[in-house]
Amino acid sequence: MMKKAVSVLLTAALAAACFAGCGDTSSNSGTNDNSGSSVNNDSDANAADDGSAADGPAFKIGGIGPTTGDAAIYGSAVMNAAQIAVDEINAAGGINGYQIDYKFEDDQSDAEKSINAYNSLKDWGMQILMGTVTTTPCVAVVDKTLEDGMFQITPSASSTDVIGGGNVFQACFTDPNQGTASAQYIVDHNLATKVAIIYDSSSVYSSGIEATFVQEAEAKGLEIVAEEAFTADSKTDFSTQLQKAQSAGADLVFLPIYYAEASIILTQANSMGYEPAFFGVDGMDGILGVENFDTSLAEGVMLLTPFAADAQDELTQAFVSTYQERYGDIPNQFAADAYDAMYTIKAVVEAANATPEMSVSELGTALSGAMTQISVDGLTGEGMTWQESGEVSKAPKAVVIKDGAYTAM
Amino acid sequence: MAKTTKKLIKKSTGNQLITCGMVAAVYIAVQIMIAAGAMSSLMQGLLVPMCTYSIVAIGLNLCVGYLGELSIGHAGFMCVGAFSGAFCTKLLAGTISNSVLLFVLALLVGTAMAALFGFLVGIPVLRLRGDYLAIVTLAFGEIIKNIINVLYIAKDTDGFHFAISDGNSIRLSEEGVWLINGAKGITKIPHLSSFTAGVILILLFLLVVFNLVHSRSGRAIMAIRDNRIAAESVGINITKFKLMAFTISAAIAGAGGVLYAHNLSTVTATPANFGYNMSIMILVFVVLGGIGSFRGSIIAAVLLTLLPEVLRGLSDYRMLIYSIVLIAVMLFNWAPKCIEFRQKVMARLKKSSGKGEA
Repeated sequence: MMKKAVSVLLTAALAAACFAGCGDTSSNSGTNDNSGSSVNNDSDANAADDGSAADGPAFKIGGIGPTTGDAAIYGSAVMNAAQIAVDEINAAGGINGYQIDYKFEDDQSDAEKSINAYNSLKDWGMQILMGTVTTTPCVAVVDKTLEDGMFQITPSASSTDVIGGGNVFQACFTDPNQGTASAQYIVDHNLATKVAIIYDSSSVYSSGIEATFVQEAEAKGLEIVAEEAFTADSKTDFSTQLQKAQSAGADLVFLPIYYAEASIILTQANSMGYEPAFFGVDGMDGILGVENFDTSLAEGVMLLTPFAADAQDELTQAFVSTYQERYGDIPNQFAADAYDAMYTIKAVVEAANATPEMSVSELGTALSGAMTQISVDGLTGEGMTWQESGEVSKAPKAVVIKDGAYTAM
Repeated sequence: MAKTTKKLIKKSTGNQLITCGMVAAVYIAVQIMIAAGAMSSLMQGLLVPMCTYSIVAIGLNLCVGYLGELSIGHAGFMCVGAFSGAFCTKLLAGTISNSVLLFVLALLVGTAMAALFGFLVGIPVLRLRGDYLAIVTLAFGEIIKNIINVLYIAKDTDGFHFAISDGNSIRLSEEGVWLINGAKGITKIPHLSSFTAGVILILLFLLVVFNLVHSRSGRAIMAIRDNRIAAESVGINITKFKLMAFTISAAIAGAGGVLYAHNLSTVTATPANFGYNMSIMILVFVVLGGIGSFRGSIIAAVLLTLLPEVLRGLSDYRMLIYSIVLIAVMLFNWAPKCIEFRQKVMARLKKSSGKGEA
């Protein structure tokens, strides 16, 4: 009895401490927000009086993506690239003279965690969301932004399930677009006659691209000799899939998958002595950065991605060198999309003539309305425009890996 | 006075009242906080997940604590409940507009499906002795996840379309909708879960398990746990009672899954939400809260769901802190030296407070 009483007391104490703890943090942040906003209100009153907005209120832009877990590399890339964009914009005087406050939260690529991240950003005072990075969490978060009327632009959640609410826009291609474009590219450039596909049937992204690739390939008369699937639980050995592709006589293997699995496939194909052409999509980007991977195996791999880090234009070179300087790696396409997404936010806020004093839903309506009227030149495309549905239109670029670097084809 | 009331109420009933009262008190406190605007969006968003995991932990505790069998596939039952419940909602959303009725139907379907699967898994395995249930439930959870990832069901004007692994073969007409779309799972699920629904479910299941545990069947179940041979010798039908407890346990997990699915607009079967790690996580709730203590399971589930979110301020270090806290709490609760120390401290406290009163 005694022991029980003790344990009840202790758990109660623990619970109390925990609740008290979070109560504290939330109330603290609450008061901070309040004091912050009251200060802001004062200063924007001043700003309105003086007509200058140097210390005025700031746009609070939140970001969500996986910075831990399996997909951490994408989330981190987005987080870093968006930070670069924010710093540049702030240094150049901000948007319409208002600075940007930027905060990024981790969601581990899980829908439930993503909602938590979204709510925690909302507590922080987020007005515009630049996220989420991966598709499934994005579908869950979109539901919430729609409810709150918040303007959202996702750098890389490419499923069509994400868009359509009217307040959500994509900076990347949709999955169906990638599948269709890949099939078209292969046919147009006569890259192969017999194609094998190895894809991840447990991934929304991969199976989405695969489905449209197959449809387009059928329409274009491209012969698909093998369609081999794997799942998130069996992504360490691909010899069966490769053997089937080899025995079916495929001269090109289409890999609509992420680079981690692709690197294993390349290694295993090499040890089997199977040398088809490999063709990937934007998830393949990053393959040169895999640890313990012999990058010479990736020579000649083609991928359809809107971004090539070695492109010669000034914008790309400046971005790549800043990114390398600050974070030590070569930025991938996720980073580029995030950078563009941030500049798109800048463009649309300027077009809508929005101010940080507007409420979240006012801002959402204003920005969504202005989104179809803007055109943005970014790292991932010139003259990007958006449809009302949220889809972006820009031209895909194919790159090939040559001498250990991505080279435009 | 206190002692006489205690005697009037049976100890077990008192225990039940404390647990249910605790849940009700938290519910009222939360409602007041929300009404007063003192609750952050993050905390409000966490309320339903806390209920979900509490429910699943109650279910697993019945299996681990009272049946004495280890199940590491409760996320699998949750998955069955989530998908069948969400499927039911998607199907009926057009015809039934009353959201309460819709949710109750989804709950019934999800719970029944999870119970059915629990029953089917239990039939062969619960006849065996040893740790086979752990192995089979582990496999079950993984199988369910993989099956759902290759399942395609769609509906259009021509009726239903089914496909396994080959979703491309389904050609939908214009107004067709995907009910389950392979790895994409079920999307655009109406948001029907609420904290109130979660708390009602917790109270309901607490009532179910408390009554079961203190019933004739419950005593039979515990007799099997404590000594199978002795139980057999007094004529208890071992398989029947084991199946009963396990099926109820799976059904409760299924209800938790329904709550989970209707809280998010999308449900996918990924290793993160219905995988083996989640099963272990639920087991951690049960073990940390105290095996056999439903109240403990609820407290542990709530705290461990809160912890990573409360630690968000520490960014990437929170994973590290989280695991350290887990180890520390586990040691504090169960290490013999710690228990000894706690007792010593309590005895001293009692002595001093006794002196104070004197």
